Amino acid sequence: MKIKFIILILLLSLLGFTKSYSIQPDVFVQSTVNKASSVLSSEMSKENKISELKLIAKETVDITGIGFYTLGSARKNLNDEQKKKYAELFEQYFLKSFSSRLAEYTNPEISVEGKKVLSEKYTIVNSLLKGTNERPEIKIDWRIYTKNPDNPLIRDLIIEGLSLARTQKEEFQSILNSNKGNIEVLFNTLREFSKQ
Amino acid sequence: MIKKVAIILITTLALTVNVNASSDGELLLKKNEPSEVKDCFEGLNRATFKFNQVLDGVIFKPVASVYKKLPSPVKSGVSNSLDNLSNLVTIPNNLLQGDFMLAGLNTGRFLINSTVGILGLVDVAQHLGMSEYVKEDYGQSLAMAGVGPGCYIVLPVLGPSTARDTVASATNFLGGDAWYNVTVKNDTHYFRDIDYYSSKVTAGVNFRAKNYDSIENLEKNSIDFYASVKSLYLQDRQQKILNSKKIVNTQDDSDWEEIDNK
Repeated sequence: MKIKFIILILLLSLLGFTKSYSIQPDVFVQSTVNKASSVLSSEMSKENKISELKLIAKETVDITGIGFYTLGSARKNLNDEQKKKYAELFEQYFLKSFSSRLAEYTNPEISVEGKKVLSEKYTIVNSLLKGTNERPEIKIDWRIYTKNPDNPLIRDLIIEGLSLARTQKEEFQSILNSNKGNIEVLFNTLREFSKQ
Repeated sequence: MIKKVAIILITTLALTVNVNASSDGELLLKKNEPSEVKDCFEGLNRATFKFNQVLDGVIFKPVASVYKKLPSPVKSGVSNSLDNLSNLVTIPNNLLQGDFMLAGLNTGRFLINSTVGILGLVDVAQHLGMSEYVKEDYGQSLAMAGVGPGCYIVLPVLGPSTARDTVASATNFLGGDAWYNVTVKNDTHYFRDIDYYSSKVTAGVNFRAKNYDSIENLEKNSIDFYASVKSLYLQDRQQKILNSKKIVNTQDDSDWEEIDNK
């Protein structure tokens, strides 16, 4: 009877703990960075590193959210089928672009310096990429989507104040503008990039 | 041709001047919002951009790849002395923007670094605990006075700019840059024209070397490299004008909001 009671209390407290458990955005960023660093500094081949980095990105980045943000107002004109197709193509494009960008670094040392809660949904985590003889120290801010505190997700990287999501959005906009808003041209461009 | 370009520049600039000019942060932010800057001469800009890429591949990239292999103290010495020289444009702009304290501080910085810091090679002022140096230029002063950026322009060799910043940079050659005045404009017997031009070329190489990997990476992973460079340049200008790195707090979040509320 006593053992049963103890187990019950343990289970209840565990349940309560799980419910109130949330990952702090700065801890989330540091742990993500550590995971990526250990992949990059490992002895594995570049192809394997890229595969591992893609897995980390899938877990930690809100790829679908970034994709629709990047599309800007053009997303309003897409039908469901086009949206589905775009989400698939964007994910392939994003993972290739993201992992090959990162794979160039051999052993990036990033330290989390602080955080600022912007709203219930967003926290900015400030970090520093340590300088080397070949490149200066770089300030990187991470826009973390915290709507679900148990599962924070990266939505943007702001490098020395320059937003990557915003740059990508303007890049996509430029392709659409040069092609009279034809979404198929953007689809083909994304497809071609991912094939390279 | 030059006359025609000058007329276009001045007209676009005039169109962007707000008579109710205000230095209010929000208005400044809105006026310099990258997505609001029109690419009026996109065809010509893209052609100039391609020309600059060729020039970069032939001259700047190979030189920068050698330069970046130099020992760190050499590179930081060069970087420090270029920053020190840029004080000669920053100080008048601090005054134009009404930052008299900062103008005084930067004058002190320039005097200390030029003397104790051996012609600016060592940033002694920083070791003395002076605040971080922030460059200012005539384009930023015009923006603070309420002038909008006008059209986006890609200049041969010099790269991305706006109508406002191109017109404003002419001030450097009309007496607004003391370094230009003592090297090119006036015969001071101490300096020659080559001193000015070599400092500008070195600044270009220094910039290219500092951003070597980032530029390579961006070019390789962009689906429209021209648009990426344009966006990054305009975001950077917006930040410099606001003298703020708080863009993350102020940028338009409406697109994110719309996605969240789906």
